[in-house]
Amino acid sequence: MRIEILKQLNEAKRARRAAILVTDLATGEDRLALEGEALDGVSTDALNKAFLSGKSGLVEEGGKSFFLNVHVPPPRIVVIGAVHISQALAAMAPVAGFDLEIIDPRTAFATPERFAGVKLTADWPEDVLKESPLDAFTALVAVTHDPKIDDYPLVSALKTGCFYIGALGSRKTHAKRVERLKEAGCTDAQIARISAPIGLDIGASTPGEIAVAILGDIIQALRKRAIGAGA
Amino acid sequence: MNDIAGFDDPLLIAEGWKNEGRDVALATVIETWGSAPRPVGSHLVIDGEGNFHGSVSGGCVEGAVITEAMDVIGSGSSRMLEFGVADETAWRVGLSCGGRIRVYVEKVA
Repeated sequence: MRIEILKQLNEAKRARRAAILVTDLATGEDRLALEGEALDGVSTDALNKAFLSGKSGLVEEGGKSFFLNVHVPPPRIVVIGAVHISQALAAMAPVAGFDLEIIDPRTAFATPERFAGVKLTADWPEDVLKESPLDAFTALVAVTHDPKIDDYPLVSALKTGCFYIGALGSRKTHAKRVERLKEAGCTDAQIARISAPIGLDIGASTPGEIAVAILGDIIQALRKRAIGAGA
Repeated sequence: MNDIAGFDDPLLIAEGWKNEGRDVALATVIETWGSAPRPVGSHLVIDGEGNFHGSVSGGCVEGAVITEAMDVIGSGSSRMLEFGVADETAWRVGLSCGGRIRVYVEKVA
C-alpha cells in the first residue's frame, strides 16, 4: 500500500466521508474511491453496493480480483427536542448502531435525570451546531414542534445534505413550516426531502412506537440513499 | 464496515509509524468462512521490530501473521495467508472457533 493512499484514506475518515480502498490482489496496486466517484476497472454498481451495505469483500471484474475495503463514517442522529419520543429513540439508536445526541435549549426538558447516559446539550441548536456541524452521515430529527427551536437546524440540515431529515407535526403544522422554510431560502426540492409526518407509516401511536417508526425511516434513508446524486 | 475510530485505529497508527520513519506492514482480513472472530476488512499493523496493533483474528493467528509481516517488510512483496482448522498448521496456529480466514499482508511504502 502506498503511503499517499493511506494518508488520503485517513483524511477521508477524519472528514467523515465514505471511501473504499480498492486493492488489485494480483498486483497489489491500491486506489481510493470516494462515494459518488467512478474508478477505472471497477463497476460503479459494485462500488455503490459496497457503499450502501457498508460491507467489505472481494469482487471479480474483467478477470481481475479486487478487494474492496469499505470505510463508512459511523452514522449519527441529532435530535432537536428532549421530549418523550427522544427518550425512546435514545434507548433504541445505539442498538441499531447509531450515535445519538439531543439538543434542546429548554432546561425543563433537557434534564440529565430524564436522559441518563445520553449526550444531551441544553442550548440553542444554532450554538451547538456551530461546534459540531451536521454532515452527510448525520440524520436530523426535529421534534420540539417549536419553530424557534426546530427551524434553524432544519434549514441547516437541508443545506448540508443530511442523509435523513425528519420533522414532527401534523400536515397543517408542516404546511406552515414549508412556508417558513421557503422564506428562509430553501428550494422545493430541498423541502421535499423532509420526512413529515415523521417516520415510516406504520400507524405508530405511542412515543415508543413513533421512535421505532423514525428509526426505521432513518435506516431506510441510509441504506437506500442515492449515491452520486450529490448532497 | 470500519467505523471511524479514535486513536486506536490501525490505519491511523500505520500512518503515524510511517511518519516516525518506521518500516510498516499492514495485514487485512480479505475473506472469512464459518465463524471467524474478526470481520472482513479488519487490520493488523506491524512494524519492523515486531510491534503490532489491531487484530485479524482475536489472537489465534496474530503471531504467525506478525512473522510473515516481518518477511514482507524485508522483501517488499505482498503475501496472501490462509488459516483454518483444516490446515496442517492448524495445530500450531489454528482458529479455535473452527472458521477459516484469508489475510493479505502488504508493506506500506
